[in-house]
Amino acid sequence: MKTKPTKPKSASPKVRPAEGKSDAFILRLYVAGQTLKSMAAFANLKKICEEHLAGRYQIEVVDLLENPHLARGDQILAIPTLVRKLPEPVRKIIGDLSNTERVLIGLDLLPRE
Amino acid sequence: MKKSRTQLPKSPTGIQGLDEVTGGGLPKGRPTLICGGSGCGKTLLAMEFLVRGARQFNEPGVFMAFEETAKDLTQNVASLGFDLKDLIARKKMVLDFVYIERSEIEETGEYDLEGLFIRLGQAIDSIGAKRVVLDTIESLFSGLPNPLILRAELRRLFRWLKDKGVTAIITGERGEDTLTRQGLEEYVSDCVIVLDHRVSNQVSSRRLRVVKYRGSTHGKNEYPFLIDEDGILVLPVTSLGLQHIASTDRIPTGVARLDAMLGGAGYYRGSSVLVSGTAGTGKTSFAAHFAEAACRRGERALYFAFEESPSQIMRNMCSVGIDLEPWVKKGLLQFQATRPSFVGLEMHLTMIHKAVNAFKPQVVIVDPLSSFIIGGNETEVKSMLMRLVDFLKMNQITALFTNLTSGGGALELTDVAISSLIDTWLLLRNIEIGGERNRGMYILKSRGMAHSNQIREFLLTDHGVQLRDMYVGPGGVLTGSARLAQEMREQAVKTARKQEVDRRQLELERKRKALEAQIAAMRAEFEAQEAESLKIIGQEKAQETQLAQDRVGMGLSRKADAKSNKEKGDTK
Repeated sequence: MKTKPTKPKSASPKVRPAEGKSDAFILRLYVAGQTLKSMAAFANLKKICEEHLAGRYQIEVVDLLENPHLARGDQILAIPTLVRKLPEPVRKIIGDLSNTERVLIGLDLLPRE
Repeated sequence: MKKSRTQLPKSPTGIQGLDEVTGGGLPKGRPTLICGGSGCGKTLLAMEFLVRGARQFNEPGVFMAFEETAKDLTQNVASLGFDLKDLIARKKMVLDFVYIERSEIEETGEYDLEGLFIRLGQAIDSIGAKRVVLDTIESLFSGLPNPLILRAELRRLFRWLKDKGVTAIITGERGEDTLTRQGLEEYVSDCVIVLDHRVSNQVSSRRLRVVKYRGSTHGKNEYPFLIDEDGILVLPVTSLGLQHIASTDRIPTGVARLDAMLGGAGYYRGSSVLVSGTAGTGKTSFAAHFAEAACRRGERALYFAFEESPSQIMRNMCSVGIDLEPWVKKGLLQFQATRPSFVGLEMHLTMIHKAVNAFKPQVVIVDPLSSFIIGGNETEVKSMLMRLVDFLKMNQITALFTNLTSGGGALELTDVAISSLIDTWLLLRNIEIGGERNRGMYILKSRGMAHSNQIREFLLTDHGVQLRDMYVGPGGVLTGSARLAQEMREQAVKTARKQEVDRRQLELERKRKALEAQIAAMRAEFEAQEAESLKIIGQEKAQETQLAQDRVGMGLSRKADAKSNKEKGDTK
């Protein structure tokens, strides 16, 4: 529940200007309630985005406990899962995003070795 | 049997045979593991469990597919008459394809499978599902990193499924040494069923075995099963006991003389009859007679032909005066012709089961049994026959099997393998005498009835099989033309004797007539003499009378009437 109010505050303002740009990142973080893992994931994500994607990202947090039907549409199994909706192709990053290097690789911000 | 103690609640699968093997179905509210190699029917069994649950037991189900897309699944099972779209539309089923692509996933720390739980929970709640299938959850291991987390999560998942109270099927691919590649059997400990698909002698057969069923007894054997247009069919026939009721009702064999040999009434209803013999001894003719007799009584006969096509049998039987075609047209006789090598024994058995259940015959003919024996599979054939005989007896169906025995020596020995299952056994054999082969028949055994011990010669005539007494005389046992010759010889002797008698009778008659003629002649002569004699006697008498009168007249004329006599005397 706490993630929901944070969503517009943290994500929306920064997205609007970014939307037109081709390198805008639309990210969706799937969580299930206020677990330690999801809180950590959100915190980690915000930090990474601020550091690497300042001004061109949008984070949407989806709580599957509130919208269970969304799990099916995005093929979500693991929690937390971060889905990079844009830019294409869609990427899925699972886990609490504590391994920053792997998150950056997952977001194609670092080259795969 | 007394009522069993509180049984573990079970969830019937509706799959023919499987409920018998498991004693009522899968453990209700618990997960069951179904494992086996690829292509052995895991997915189908799981799907049928859901479909039948939804259709027959009003238990909606969730199918979570990890390997096939919903579209593929729907198409694959449509051929079995499972209309998934309809079930989904009626909210009896949810089909959820879980897409995992390892290359698209990056692991960045600890995770859990709460998403899967939520997804499954949502699907279950959306239709009030009582049944769940996870096919096959092992795909998670290849799709997601960190097996340790996965194992912990699976353990949690199965516990969660139990808490949800759904009856679940989890499928797993068979591993090298373990039942499943990922050792799922460790987590699912309530019921484990192994499916197997093997090929022997180029014929494939499927088998099912309940490895484990906690809290319940179950059939422990390997049971053959098959997948056909109606889904899965398990054949737990060996689980049947020897409980069938023996009928005292008798039914004619179709050959009047054979009825007479079998205590005058024929076979017992529901018994098993074996007609065995070497090639060309007329086994099929006996079978056809029996079938025709059944149809004549208005009963239904089902004829399984494994060597000849129906039209060939009908043509051939027409030549011996058994016309089967009208009965086929009337729907009383049905042919099922297949090549034995077409499918495996189990499949044959199942096809027989299905055909019998559909047609509900009183008489079943299997012609011939021996064609199933390919290579060294006699044990299997015997076990198949045992199951077949049991099944038919349970249904009070009289079965006639023909069996081709190899020529030469011990005809009876070759059949020993199946003889114990047979109630009435007719043995047909060729008898070679005088440069020809003739057909002989005798009753080797017939349980529960007095039967003839005679060997009968039988002929295939225009009017079917006709049994003849064998000629047994000073010359030994004669058949065929030897018998005919002997019979003619005897006929000649008989005729000669008859002629002799006739001749003697004529002679006697002639003598009698001669005698009578003689008597007549003598009588005539006598009569003539008699007449003459009488005439002379008459004349004599007349003369004497005349003489007397003359004397009186003379006396009168001498007027010596009073003293005449004295005077006369004196004077004399």
